[in-house]
Amino acid sequence: MKLVIERRDTSSALLRFSAPMVSIVVALLFAGGLILAAGINPLDAYREILYEAVGSTYGLSETLVKATPLIFAGLGVSLAFRMQIWNIGAEGQIYMGAMGATWVALFSGLENHWLLMITMFCAAFICGGLWAGVAGVLRARWRVNEVIVTLMMNYIAILFVNYLIYGPWRDPQGFNFPLTAQFSEAARFANFFDTRLHSGFFLALFCALLLYLLMERTVWGYQIKVIGSNPQAARYAGMRTGVAIFAVLFLSGAIAGVAGLSEVAGLQYRLQHGISSGYGYTAIIIAWLARRSALGVIIVSLLMGILLVGGDSLQMLWQLPIAFVYAFQGLILFFLLGSDFFIQYRVKLIKGAQGG
Amino acid sequence: MPELLQIQNIRKTFPGVVALDDVSFTVAPGEIHTLLGENGAGKSTLMNVLTGLYHPDSGHMQLAGEPVHFTSPRDSLSRGIGMVHQHFMLVPAHSVFENILLALERVPQFYNRKHYQQKMQKLIDTFELDLDLDADVWKLSIGAQQWIELIKLLLRDCRLLILDEPTAVLTPQETDRLFKVLRLLQQQGKSIIFISHKMREVMEISDRVTILKKGSSIATLKRAEFNADILARLMIGQDRIPEWQKNLQMSEKVVLDIRNLSVRNDRGLADLDDFSLQLKEGEILGIAGVAGNGQKALAEALTGLKEINKGKIFAGDMDMTHSTARASYISGIAHIPEDRKSIGIAPDLDVADNLIMKSFKNTLFRRGVFQNRRAIRRNAEEKVSRFAIKAGPEGSPVRYLSGGNIQKVIIARELSEQPRVLVALYPTRGLDIGSAEYIHKVIVDGAGRGMSTILIAEDLDELLKLSDRIAVMFRGRLIGYADPRQTSREEIGLMMSGEQREQP
Repeated sequence: MKLVIERRDTSSALLRFSAPMVSIVVALLFAGGLILAAGINPLDAYREILYEAVGSTYGLSETLVKATPLIFAGLGVSLAFRMQIWNIGAEGQIYMGAMGATWVALFSGLENHWLLMITMFCAAFICGGLWAGVAGVLRARWRVNEVIVTLMMNYIAILFVNYLIYGPWRDPQGFNFPLTAQFSEAARFANFFDTRLHSGFFLALFCALLLYLLMERTVWGYQIKVIGSNPQAARYAGMRTGVAIFAVLFLSGAIAGVAGLSEVAGLQYRLQHGISSGYGYTAIIIAWLARRSALGVIIVSLLMGILLVGGDSLQMLWQLPIAFVYAFQGLILFFLLGSDFFIQYRVKLIKGAQGG
Repeated sequence: MPELLQIQNIRKTFPGVVALDDVSFTVAPGEIHTLLGENGAGKSTLMNVLTGLYHPDSGHMQLAGEPVHFTSPRDSLSRGIGMVHQHFMLVPAHSVFENILLALERVPQFYNRKHYQQKMQKLIDTFELDLDLDADVWKLSIGAQQWIELIKLLLRDCRLLILDEPTAVLTPQETDRLFKVLRLLQQQGKSIIFISHKMREVMEISDRVTILKKGSSIATLKRAEFNADILARLMIGQDRIPEWQKNLQMSEKVVLDIRNLSVRNDRGLADLDDFSLQLKEGEILGIAGVAGNGQKALAEALTGLKEINKGKIFAGDMDMTHSTARASYISGIAHIPEDRKSIGIAPDLDVADNLIMKSFKNTLFRRGVFQNRRAIRRNAEEKVSRFAIKAGPEGSPVRYLSGGNIQKVIIARELSEQPRVLVALYPTRGLDIGSAEYIHKVIVDGAGRGMSTILIAEDLDELLKLSDRIAVMFRGRLIGYADPRQTSREEIGLMMSGEQREQP
């Protein structure tokens, strides 16, 4: 007997659909083992997660609130993935977007609500975009690996925002806490249904729709797809790949930057320490799981939202650490990556192999 | 005489494809046995089965009377079956000695350099190979690199050598050297499986020929039983290879004028060196030369993919030396690239999207910033039926298409805009005879409409058949022109190896 691994020429639609499902189930089983080790019945825990996250208006709204920055950042990262560009820096871009929006909200002197909204949006968009654009220029002009640049620039962004809130932007009335003054009413998103759900969520859905149209319906999106599929062929067809690399990274960072706007204008109403708790990194997982589709990003972000909200309740109910949620995310990604192998290869048992 | 290798009723399927249906043949000790077949007939698959890379679904193999079942190339190599692949497995930055050493088994951690050097040198001397053990591999000619591969196998005491299209990259002179070595090996009792589809070579070297067609071995013929006609008929299965009418009244109007062109590669060496060429309207100008003598640089310079260091290119009266790919496309140059999969297509996109890769900015295919999906789909339907592309279900990625169909997609795209000049690099490489004929027809039909073609090919027969004129390249220079009606293959072969010759 002998195990043989063969590449599949084609994979059936059934396999492509069922493999991720199976891997999620396997991830649930493994996570169940972790919960069991903490002395809790996994079934109870999963029921609790579902009930807390979608079982009430409050729970549902919280899930959507958590999903909002994930959708923005996930869209940004997945846009770059479409062109085989790996934007690992959504986290930093969120911070820069938040910073830009905060600057407008606090220091621009504007008072009109819509004028503020539009200016804040532009500021977040441009700050996030330029932050990623640096990696774009380096990559397009000198072939510097964008993974390293975007990743490193996360630290710069986070530390720079820290500098601002510990230093020049610190609220004089804030009892020395590292946070800025609160935004005026005019600089805040609207809330809905007496919950924390804010316009940012709908803006995120709208963004997804725009991105879908951009990628699937426009000439520009077509070029991005060709470049992503085969940069050499794109060059051969006369496309300017360098410009496209910059543009895609800029747009990718800009969308992530809007996540920062949505967090400060929709939720926190100020810039403070830790405004993104790793959304930018979760976005990488989301973009991967979504297989680069805009609709996929929304669905996966909602699932992640459920996990985050449900995980919070586990923490409160049974004192499970929040690290459990991250472990669970990790398990899902791990098994999904594994399932890719089975989609592309088949494993066969060959009987009676001999010789040699 | 007992057979060295016996292959019986081998069958191998891939999902949806029967690659080998029912293949049987034998190789005797000291025999040169040729496998002849069109591309796609199953030669490569068969060799992969033989060397243990693939496992056959059914059938038997016997080596020296013993049943064998190889599980890996290492496995078959240890039993004395060695293969020289089309793409050499060499480390370019290392010396010849180091490359050969790498292939040997059971070399101790602290080895006796002199001992191994002597062993290798002895082989080199026996076969009178022109090879320096201390030379770096990347500096060597393709022919010399092939010697290295051979020595590797001989040092491992292979009884059966498989050579997969070894002459594809050689000049006629290098080929003759190779054949001499093969005969010497034969005298030493080695068996050789020789894979080729160049009829002349098959006739010259083979003791027996087995013809593969559509995955089956349809006949094995001994020397004296076969001639070129019989083999061609068996291989292609049609009685006559059609001849195209040559376009004899060539216009004197020059559509493309290349003047003293120089192009340097990444290492700063000259890929094209003071190269001049004039292309006339409606002409098919063949470019002969051993692969790697500047053909690719020429095509890339013409299509704007490569920066030109010196010299000028004129299309009509327009200086387009420094135009980008887009500008030269608009000025009417179509390009069939050498490596269709790596630069000709976007593999993840479907046929419709690939067909508009160069014309996606046309107002026909868009409305403002949006694409006109309906027009794109209609365009695809029309091209698929006109060029007989087997495109599979709508929306499936191009990478699932066969080589011939991918080439048709590229040709449909490049020729649909009625180009004035076509630059075609090895347009039929790797295609079966049917597809190759089709592509020849497209080029000749184009010439009839006044399209001028620069045809770069490695098969002299193809060039002689299609070209109105043949220009020969060597090390980035134009060696001279040849008139295909008056020049023999041998003369062109000599020019390909760099021998200067008066212009006809």
